[in-house]
Amino acid sequence: MSVSTQCALFSLSAAGWITRMRLQVGHWFSHGRVPYAWLVLSLVAVGVPLVSGDYWLNAILIPFLILSLAGLGLNVLTGYAGQTSLGSGGFMAVGAFATYACLIHFQLSFLLAIFLGGGVAALVGLFFGLPSAKIKGFYLMVTSLAAQFFLEWVFVKFPWFYNYSSSATISSPPITVFGWAIASPLSKYYLVLVLVSFLTWVAVNLTRSQVGRNWMAIRDMDTAAAVIGIRVHRSKILAFAISSFYLGIAGALWVFAYLGSAGVQSFSLQRSFQVLFIIIIGGLGSISGNFIGAAFISLLPLLLDFLAHTFFARMVDAGLLQNLQKVIFGSLIVWFLIKEPEGIARFISHLRGRLAVWPLRF
Amino acid sequence: MTSADLHDHMLEVKDISLSFQGVKAIHQLSFAVSRGEICALIGPNGAGKSSLLNILNGVYQPDSGEVHYEHAHFSRLTPFEAARRGIGRTFQNNALFGKLAVIDNILTGLSRHSRVSVLEQAFGLPRARREAADFLQRSEAVLAFLELQPYRQTLVGNLAYGLQKRVELGRALVSSPKLLLLDEPMAGMNAEEKQDMSHFIRSINRDLGTTVVLIEHDIGVIMDLSDHVVVLDYGRKVGDGSPAEVQANPEVIAAYLGSDNGPLNTVH
Repeated sequence: MSVSTQCALFSLSAAGWITRMRLQVGHWFSHGRVPYAWLVLSLVAVGVPLVSGDYWLNAILIPFLILSLAGLGLNVLTGYAGQTSLGSGGFMAVGAFATYACLIHFQLSFLLAIFLGGGVAALVGLFFGLPSAKIKGFYLMVTSLAAQFFLEWVFVKFPWFYNYSSSATISSPPITVFGWAIASPLSKYYLVLVLVSFLTWVAVNLTRSQVGRNWMAIRDMDTAAAVIGIRVHRSKILAFAISSFYLGIAGALWVFAYLGSAGVQSFSLQRSFQVLFIIIIGGLGSISGNFIGAAFISLLPLLLDFLAHTFFARMVDAGLLQNLQKVIFGSLIVWFLIKEPEGIARFISHLRGRLAVWPLRF
Repeated sequence: MTSADLHDHMLEVKDISLSFQGVKAIHQLSFAVSRGEICALIGPNGAGKSSLLNILNGVYQPDSGEVHYEHAHFSRLTPFEAARRGIGRTFQNNALFGKLAVIDNILTGLSRHSRVSVLEQAFGLPRARREAADFLQRSEAVLAFLELQPYRQTLVGNLAYGLQKRVELGRALVSSPKLLLLDEPMAGMNAEEKQDMSHFIRSINRDLGTTVVLIEHDIGVIMDLSDHVVVLDYGRKVGDGSPAEVQANPEVIAAYLGSDNGPLNTVH
C-alpha cells in the first residue's frame, strides 16, 4: 500500500471518527437538553463569580440576566402567542412599584413581595389584554402603548406608590431572603440567577405544553385555532397575564437587585423598545433567544467600547468614536437580521446543524 | 329513501339561508346526513358549498333556518361549541400552523381534551406529564395511520401541498370527531395522492365509524367514495340521493354538468 493511499485512508477514517463524534455531540445538544442546561447553569453559578469582580456582577451580569427575563416575558406574548406589545416597560413598572408597596406599606418578606408584585403585574396585564378579543396586530400595539403611557402617569401621579418621597423614586430597603442578607453584588447575582433560572424552567415547561402549543396555533392562524376547539381569547389573556408576571418580576429585580433606587423613568417607552429589540434580535418564539438577544444588546456595546479604546483611542476623536460604535452596533443588527430574520437563536441552530455533519458537507 | 323518519340522521339542515351584504349564498336549503355515511356536496364554484360547511361548524351564522345535530338543534353555534360536540373540520386553503412541526400540529387538535390546569403544566406535575404522554401517543397513532411519520419534525410550512392536506386531516382526526367536514380534501393533488386520500377517508369512515361530509370536484372520486350526494347550484339544492340517482337526474345534468358530454358521462 502506497503512502498516499495510507494517508487517504487515514484521513477518511479520521473524518469518519470526527463525524461520529460530532453526530454524538449534536445528539446530546438536541436531545439531552436538561443535562446541557444544568451544565451551563452550574458553570455560570460557580465559574462566573470566580473570574469576574464586583463590577462585572453589578454592572453587566445582573442587568443582562434581568433583561433576559424581561425578554422571556415579552417573548411569551409576542413570540409565542403572536400579540404585539409596546407596554413591557409599563408592566415592569407595575412589578417594581407593587413589590415596593408590599415591602414598605405591608411589611411583607422580599420573596413574597416580589411574587405578589409579579401577580399584580399579571392582573394589570390581563386587564390590558382584554381588548385582544377584538383588536389585532398594529391596533393592539397601540392599545399596549396606551397601557405604557397610562401606567407611567399613574406612578408619577399618586405619591402613595413611591411612599411620598420628594424625588418620586423608590429605594430598596435592606433585603433578606430566608435570613440571608442580599447586600453584596455576589448575593444579588445569586438571587437574580436563582429566580431567572426557575422562571426560565417554568417557561420551557409552558411553551412545550398544550398551553404553549395553543399560543403558537393562535399566532400562526387564529381562526383555525378556534375551529379545532382552542379557546382563543382565554389563551390570549393567559399569555398577557403570564407575560406581565415575568415582566413584573424583571421590573422588581431591576430596582431591588440592580439599580437600588429608581423612578418610573427607568421603565419608559425606551425600555419597552429595548425589550422588544432583545426578542427580535435573539429570536421570536425561542427561549434561548432571550438570553442571546439580551447579551447582544448589553454586552456587544461594551465589547465595541473596549475594542475602540484599546485600538483606536489615540487615533480618533472620542466623540466620533462613540458615534462610530453606534453605527457599527446598528449595522451588526441589520446584518444579523438580513442573514437570519428569525433571530440569532435560529442562526446558531442552523450553524449547529451544519457543524454536526461538518467534514462531509459544510 | 329520503323520508326523514326512517333514518338515523346525525345531521339535519332545515331551511338554511345565508347572504353576504344582500348576495344570497345559500337559499332555503334542507338536507340530512345519516349516521355513518359519506356525503358529498358538489356543485360549481360559488354554489355555497364552503359557506354551508362554515355554517355547520359555527364559523358563519345562518340568517334563518336551523341545524339539527345529534338530536339537538341550533340556530347559533360557535366554532368552539361545534368542536366540543365532535365536529372536526379541514379547510379548502389549508389552515395549518405553519411554524409548528407536523407532530405539534396534530397535537393541537387535542387541545380541547386537555383537563390539566396551567399551573400543573407550568411545573410539569405528574398529571400534566401523564396527559402529555397520552396526547403524544394518540398523535403518534394518527401519524402512523396517515403515513406521516417521515415528516414528524418537519415544519408544516415546508411540506408539499398534498402532505399538508393530510396533516390537516390528521389534526381533525386526532380528537376523534363524530362528524368530519372536509373541504376539498383532494384539491391540487395528483392521481396517486387522490387515491391515497380516498383510501384514508374510506378507512376513517369504515373503521372508526366517522360520518363524513366532504366537498369535492373530482366526479370519479365522488362516485367511488360517497354513499350520498347533494348537488348545489346558486345556493339551492338541485339534487339529493345516491350517486347513481344523482348521475341520472336530468335537472342535475342540466344545471351543473351541461346537457351533453359532461364529466358524469365519462364515469361508469
